[in-house]
Amino acid sequence: MIGFVLFFAWLGFGADIIWALEGQHPFPWLGIAVTGLAIILARYIYKTGPEKVLWATGAQELVTPQTDSERQFANVVDEMAIAAGVARPRTWIIPDDDPNAFATGHDPSDSHVAVTRGLLRLCTRDELQAVIAHELGHVKNLDVRLMTTLAALVGAILLVREGVGRMMRAGSFPVRGGGGGGGAGRGKSKNAGPLLAILLALWVISWLVAPLVSQLLTLAVSRRREYLADAMSAQFTRNPLALASALEKIETAAAPTAAIKRGCAHLCIVDPLGHRLTNREGWLADRFATHPPMSMRISRLKGMGYAQLKKEGGSFTSSALA
Amino acid sequence: MWVLLVVLVVAGLWMIGAYNGLISLKNQTVNAFKQIDVQLKRRHDLIPNLVNAVKGAMDFERSTLEAVIQARNQAVKVNASGPEAMKQISQAENALSGALSRMLVTVERYPQLKATGNIGQLQEELSSTENRIAFARQLYNDTATQYNTKQQQFPTTLVAGLAHASPTDLWEIEDQAERAVPQVDLSRR
Repeated sequence: MIGFVLFFAWLGFGADIIWALEGQHPFPWLGIAVTGLAIILARYIYKTGPEKVLWATGAQELVTPQTDSERQFANVVDEMAIAAGVARPRTWIIPDDDPNAFATGHDPSDSHVAVTRGLLRLCTRDELQAVIAHELGHVKNLDVRLMTTLAALVGAILLVREGVGRMMRAGSFPVRGGGGGGGAGRGKSKNAGPLLAILLALWVISWLVAPLVSQLLTLAVSRRREYLADAMSAQFTRNPLALASALEKIETAAAPTAAIKRGCAHLCIVDPLGHRLTNREGWLADRFATHPPMSMRISRLKGMGYAQLKKEGGSFTSSALA
Repeated sequence: MWVLLVVLVVAGLWMIGAYNGLISLKNQTVNAFKQIDVQLKRRHDLIPNLVNAVKGAMDFERSTLEAVIQARNQAVKVNASGPEAMKQISQAENALSGALSRMLVTVERYPQLKATGNIGQLQEELSSTENRIAFARQLYNDTATQYNTKQQQFPTTLVAGLAHASPTDLWEIEDQAERAVPQVDLSRR
């Protein structure tokens, strides 16, 4: 959040400095304007992020459960909120047949958990519990705030860059504005030659790579946090194998979740876009996938499950592994 | 001179941090314990409704139903405080859990009761209630363990006396029958 505002401040004031070095430039109004805009934008995004995300997926709030599966969902959310020691999140159902789930919100006292109808139909009670526990793990780690805000910020940076780019092309943004200045301005410009060139290059590069960097940042943060939320799910349910089997089920059913758009992909429990990237390891997948490879997640969870069985002195039986 | 001052300031800051950390954990533990109470209360309130729901069809299973009601009333009555509280509460609640699971087994034997559809809802409510209590206990035990560990570990133990921190008991299973491995019915998913 602060980084976002600072970044915009750099873009704005950077333009001012370049301008000032070019010629006379009395007051850094551009920097102030851009920073102010960034603050207002950031504040707006922060306030409305969760609503926007829920609205974009077409989720409907579950207030009074009607069917058995809705009742089970509401109960499971209650139980997991107790296990996690957080306030009960509001529950939402997405009318989509593909199994998926996500959480959003500002902080643990104001959070939302949404699941698709497909998930309710596909999962057993234990598996649903594990999935909800994973989402509440995100809530408790404050991932929801971070991820929801990041989702909106990435969009905002793209938008602003587009707008400014258009202005520059139209010529209303005076990059070489020192033409009308007197001799003093010209002399200053000559002295500051190398400095100006470096600043200008840096500034242009920041404009160009900003969206890419912010996207990569989102992804890196997202992948680490998925592992953490998986571990939290195991801590809350004491049943890591349930999440492993839920993930396996969701994975085999993985058609793209039509209701969930690209911007919210990193919020979900599994990549809703049906990216094959999620299944691969290696440099490219490591950098560009929103979720860690499913096989890695499942094998880590199974590892936890076996460790737990071993500690409890239980013997391996086929039912425990199924 | 300056070095001494810096060391003192750092030590003071650390003490404040450790003290506040302990106090926060202490209150979390108390809160988690109260959460168990909340969930137990919820179960007590729910049971009369549950019994009413199956009473009509299970008229000749009076003894099972009465056992549930009796165990429930017994559990409501427990109003102990102090170190004995946890033991008494958990004994009464374990008796109630036993009576409830016996009722659930009996319900399974009545196909006409299953056919009405209410029973699915009943089973869901019952297992959810039991889960809530189990998870509330789990949260309490986790928080209390964290609290106990923190106050006994080396540097923090120095301020434990200042924060009036003392080890709290964990919630244990009293009933030997509950320790046993449960029988799993695989016919129902």
